[in-house]
Amino acid sequence: MQFLDQPPRFLFFTGKGGVGKTSIACATAIQLAANGKRVLLVSTDPASNVGQVFGISIGNTVTAVPTVLNLSALEIDPQAAAQVYRDRIVGPVRGILPDDVVRGIEEQLSGACTTEIAAFDEFTSLLIDSPLTAEYDHIVFDTAPTGHTIRLLQLPGAWSGFLEEGKGDASCLGPLAGLEKQREQYKAAVDALADDKRTRLILVARAQQSTLREVARTHEELAGIGLKQQYLVINGILPKIEAETDVLAAAIYKREQAALNGIPEVLKSLPQDQVALKAFDLVGLDALRQLLIDTPYQARGTNDAPVELDKPSLVQLVDSIAVEGHGLVMTMGKGGVGKTTIAAAVAVELAHRGLAVHLTTSDPAAHLSDTLKGTLDNLTVSRIDPHEETERYRQHVLETKGATLDAHGRALLEEDLRSPCTEEIAVFQAFSRIIREAGKKFVVMDTAPTGHTLLLLDATGAYHREVARQMDKANLHFTTPMMQLQDPKQTKILIVTLAEKTPVLEAANLQEDLRRAGIEPWAWVVNNSVAATTTNSALLHQRALNELVEIDTVAKRYSKRYAVVPMLKDEPVGVKRLLELAGH
Amino acid sequence: MTKSIQVFDPAMCCSSGVCGTEVDQQLVSFSADADWAKKNGAQIERFNLAQQPMDFANNKIVRDFLERSGQDALPLILVEGEFALAGRYPNRNELARWAGIASVIEAQPASSCCSGGKCC
Repeated sequence: MQFLDQPPRFLFFTGKGGVGKTSIACATAIQLAANGKRVLLVSTDPASNVGQVFGISIGNTVTAVPTVLNLSALEIDPQAAAQVYRDRIVGPVRGILPDDVVRGIEEQLSGACTTEIAAFDEFTSLLIDSPLTAEYDHIVFDTAPTGHTIRLLQLPGAWSGFLEEGKGDASCLGPLAGLEKQREQYKAAVDALADDKRTRLILVARAQQSTLREVARTHEELAGIGLKQQYLVINGILPKIEAETDVLAAAIYKREQAALNGIPEVLKSLPQDQVALKAFDLVGLDALRQLLIDTPYQARGTNDAPVELDKPSLVQLVDSIAVEGHGLVMTMGKGGVGKTTIAAAVAVELAHRGLAVHLTTSDPAAHLSDTLKGTLDNLTVSRIDPHEETERYRQHVLETKGATLDAHGRALLEEDLRSPCTEEIAVFQAFSRIIREAGKKFVVMDTAPTGHTLLLLDATGAYHREVARQMDKANLHFTTPMMQLQDPKQTKILIVTLAEKTPVLEAANLQEDLRRAGIEPWAWVVNNSVAATTTNSALLHQRALNELVEIDTVAKRYSKRYAVVPMLKDEPVGVKRLLELAGH
Repeated sequence: MTKSIQVFDPAMCCSSGVCGTEVDQQLVSFSADADWAKKNGAQIERFNLAQQPMDFANNKIVRDFLERSGQDALPLILVEGEFALAGRYPNRNELARWAGIASVIEAQPASSCCSGGKCC
């Protein structure tokens, strides 16, 4: 493994949920410790199974791992860090200011930015020289701060009058107002990140086109702010030998190899390692020691238990959706779970039944929506380019608000406009225009705003007031978009996930977030399931067995209504394959 | 001796207001006016409910106002610590009167923006 060659002091693993960052970080830490280095492993995985991996309980204090010489571990829970931070700001005024005011403030501090910055605050002390860090040769993190956070911290304007004067106008850095550390510490931490002698960033991906594209963006963004030393690890590649025995495995193999061959240009120059898909769960020392070693798959034990899956298909969900005759259907989920595909399958299935449907997507590749145009009489397809919408919104704000700002202020505003919230808002605004059609037909879209964003929009009232004003003028009885989203008769939100631990957990977090906004997701869709197929591949069979556990969790814990969608041999493009995906 | 003007803003996550659906022209204008008034010697302080709730809690007038009218009634403006205006932002003339800025040259349309900060 090249990324393990002459490692610097800090190793950061980054990638989207479910690609295997934590497992690879654990395996790396074990290997470094085996080479006689003193290692600290830091995990921020919400599913944090690091303790489970080593058979001990770790938590948020540095704990020596008894079974591995030279290794200690620490688990940071970003949600808990954010909660501690919220309590620090809100605690003193609780009981003094009215309850609804206190709740309002808490909501302001419940966004992804707060969580991210609070977690970074926890990291900070590990990136600077101190008696604590002096004990370790290497510190391995299973996460990395986003470009947005780092850039904000690098901006000189962000600090002026902020941490120094205790208050100020630092916009998206707002959450930092309540943080304790001094500017020098944040600066030292950011410097350490950007120092290629001290820090190596390892991008973790899967051999999937969309994932690789996303990783390419992360690479460019982080390289742009000085994190030059980057490595690429492609995890979970299906071994060739599996492809020889099974049709599905052969199709997956072919798809993965095509994705690897078509790897984005900017990633080609990075040192690249490939890690084969393993059948075993990455729990326990033995499993982790084997992860980074290239051994061919060997059937372990006699786990040929049959995969028994009798779960509802997407068609069955659509049966209930179709009853209303019209309405809004939104798919929601983290990147890469297949929101667009599921939205398209629902739309095609509805249109196939003779119902009028407008499918609108933010599909980055456009091939899915393009191939559907004009294929079904009742189906209208439109596409919103998130990039364009965000850019338009950004320009608008800069031209109006930014006009008289000084250089520092303008830089800050520009950075605020690069926050993830901005894109979410810009895209949702674009979609909002189409939402109105849902009174007459079905509108299916592959995105939904987070609960946090909805609450903020609702709290600022701007949205509300605007809608009310317009509707009043036209003398119409009105409902606000928030009311429309909260009514299950009008709006059905489908949470899309994969049958893997971290993606299921991330989906559960999205669900919680929506519930805060008074929105109950209508159903869950488990996408790309191997368990919903039949396979002769021993390796895939084992994956299917693992999936059953997660599907069971979804059914028992998270949603009464759900569907399981099989992994297909061919990419689900076009009406025929989308119908097949839905369960025809 | 210029009088102190305190502006208690509603809660916003980003003080720049980019998190809202629309950039609020009221805020944009007020920020420009506040900037103008400051340049003419006015003393203006702004407090964001989401970031400095203690400043709301520690002031009896503000606390009682929130209790009575709720956060939707913000902003609240105090001059020399006394109630001056609520529910909207002051215009340039009002600021000039409070701050005792002598001659307000014809009210120029506020051009823009939020340099003064917690405008949202």
